[in-house]
Amino acid sequence: MTPTPAPTAPDTEGATPHTGAAPAGSTAKTRAPRRRPRPRVWRGAVLLLAGAYFLVPLIASFVFTVHVPGQGVSFEAYTQLLAADGFTESMLLSLGLAAATIAVSLLLAVPALVAVRLGSPRLRPVVEVMCMLPLVVPPIALVTGITTVLRWGPEHLSRTPLYQTFLAVQDERFPVVLVLAYTVLALPFVYRSLDAGMRAIDVPTLVEAARSCGAGWPYVVLRVLLPNLRASLAGAAFLTLALVLGEFTIASLLGFRPFAVWIVTISGAHARMSVAVSVLSLLITWLLLLVLSRAGTNPATVSSAPSSSPTSRKES
Amino acid sequence: MSPSTPTSHPEGTAGGSTTSRRRRRGPRTWLAALPLLAFTGLCFGIPLGAIAFGAVTRTDPSTGATQLTGEHLARSLQGPYLGSLIGSVQLSALTALIGGVLGVLIAQAVVTSRSQALRSAALTASGVLANFGGVPLAFAFIATVGISGVVTQLADLTGFGWNLYSFTGLTVVYLYFLIPLMVLVIAPALDGLRPQWREAAQNNGATGRQFWRHVGLPVLAPSLLGGFVLLFGTAFAAHATAAALVGGSVPLVTLKIADALSGNVLTGQENVALALGLDMILIAGLVMAVYLPLQRRSARWLR
Repeated sequence: MTPTPAPTAPDTEGATPHTGAAPAGSTAKTRAPRRRPRPRVWRGAVLLLAGAYFLVPLIASFVFTVHVPGQGVSFEAYTQLLAADGFTESMLLSLGLAAATIAVSLLLAVPALVAVRLGSPRLRPVVEVMCMLPLVVPPIALVTGITTVLRWGPEHLSRTPLYQTFLAVQDERFPVVLVLAYTVLALPFVYRSLDAGMRAIDVPTLVEAARSCGAGWPYVVLRVLLPNLRASLAGAAFLTLALVLGEFTIASLLGFRPFAVWIVTISGAHARMSVAVSVLSLLITWLLLLVLSRAGTNPATVSSAPSSSPTSRKES
Repeated sequence: MSPSTPTSHPEGTAGGSTTSRRRRRGPRTWLAALPLLAFTGLCFGIPLGAIAFGAVTRTDPSTGATQLTGEHLARSLQGPYLGSLIGSVQLSALTALIGGVLGVLIAQAVVTSRSQALRSAALTASGVLANFGGVPLAFAFIATVGISGVVTQLADLTGFGWNLYSFTGLTVVYLYFLIPLMVLVIAPALDGLRPQWREAAQNNGATGRQFWRHVGLPVLAPSLLGGFVLLFGTAFAAHATAAALVGGSVPLVTLKIADALSGNVLTGQENVALALGLDMILIAGLVMAVYLPLQRRSARWLR
């Protein structure tokens, strides 16, 4: 993955024979010295345009939040955020949903993946297909199915104990149905992250060594396997967190109000504040990812945008 | 980093080679995979079944009798519904094409640069921006080039006929997360283009154009096509950005489904929403069926 080290004297490269260690870019030109700078110019122009396209909206958004026409600069959009009506509730709801989703998806995926590595290799394709299938179903299509299923409750099950369950999962304060839906959406990312992590360690040998030293199964999983998978667990958790915090489609169509839905509801009355929240969410995502890449995960495993698709949004 | 194993198993056989010794534990281990399979069966299988069932049946409210019918699917392929499907496919194809080309250019510029700092910054930024979809992205663009956006005011874009709340505006917004996605997908493939190949071509007298035509592009083709297909699928399924931005002025299938579900149209539209959902799943399934084999093929050149 890492590029080869660059030769230290680039201006002599036209005269020296190329070695295999020269980066591809330096060989992109013919030997004619007058054409040598061209790739440099091309590369600079591309990066400059890309930088402008990606930075201008961020800078403009920030300016939009602090510059009030006719009044000068004010940071009210940020300072009043915490006091804004519904901010705390929706944020806490989103964080709670994210924590529950991370816990459920890891509790489901870790044992299954360990089992596949240890004694049931024939299960591997089954588990993989089950985890990857949600990529094929756009969130909006999944919602149509979920609303249909939820309507069965009052229609067909009102005399059965199941009906109480249907009501319980749709509790406004903590909609379990969202946790279930988000877990389904998160499974492909969790699976991919954990699978990459397990490929890097020799699970059967580790387990066998621990077992022959007399460790019990809980000890093996908690003290041997999980520490070795720390980076991929963190990666899976991060992707799930990003997905849940930004998820709008399912929550809004089922009528709940976590964070992303709240932003849209206040955007009419508090345009500045909704943009401020958007800028903050990007900064926080950035920080989280930096922390993660420090932890040794490869950011290239991050995939497509979850909320709008993270459709998928998503491969390395 | 985690320790690497001295013997590298080929993919898919890790643990398989030692199964014979572990046969007696086999029957117990699959139990650990049971919760996952049960969960996906329940929480994913049942809604999927409900979509398929609702899309092809009609239940008479007075008698409760259910019969098979093709009318919902037929209606989902007519009039405004068909228009929204076509609009979604057009927008996705256009953004995937532009995003794919620009993503390759940026990735090539990053990969061939000698600066390690630029490289890691660009890849981290792509990781963040590819996930920066949905509602926040829509608001960032409204603040930038919306009607009272900062850049709109500064550059008087409205005078040029610029309108963010349109097909063109949506294209520009979608590219914001599609280009970084392409960079992430294609960078490993560009890394796999070994400098030795280019030198071999040059030593045999090939021009730069010939190198790309006969070596570079054929090697990259599966990754490029795979990236395009992935971008298409991502744009096709995107809903939150469009909902927060245009609401309904641009015909997109995701917006139509949301309208039908939230009862903004006549009642009895739920089944058409299900049929539209089924249409989307079929298209997304096609996309994946193309993407996965391509991804496998492109992995051949990447060590």
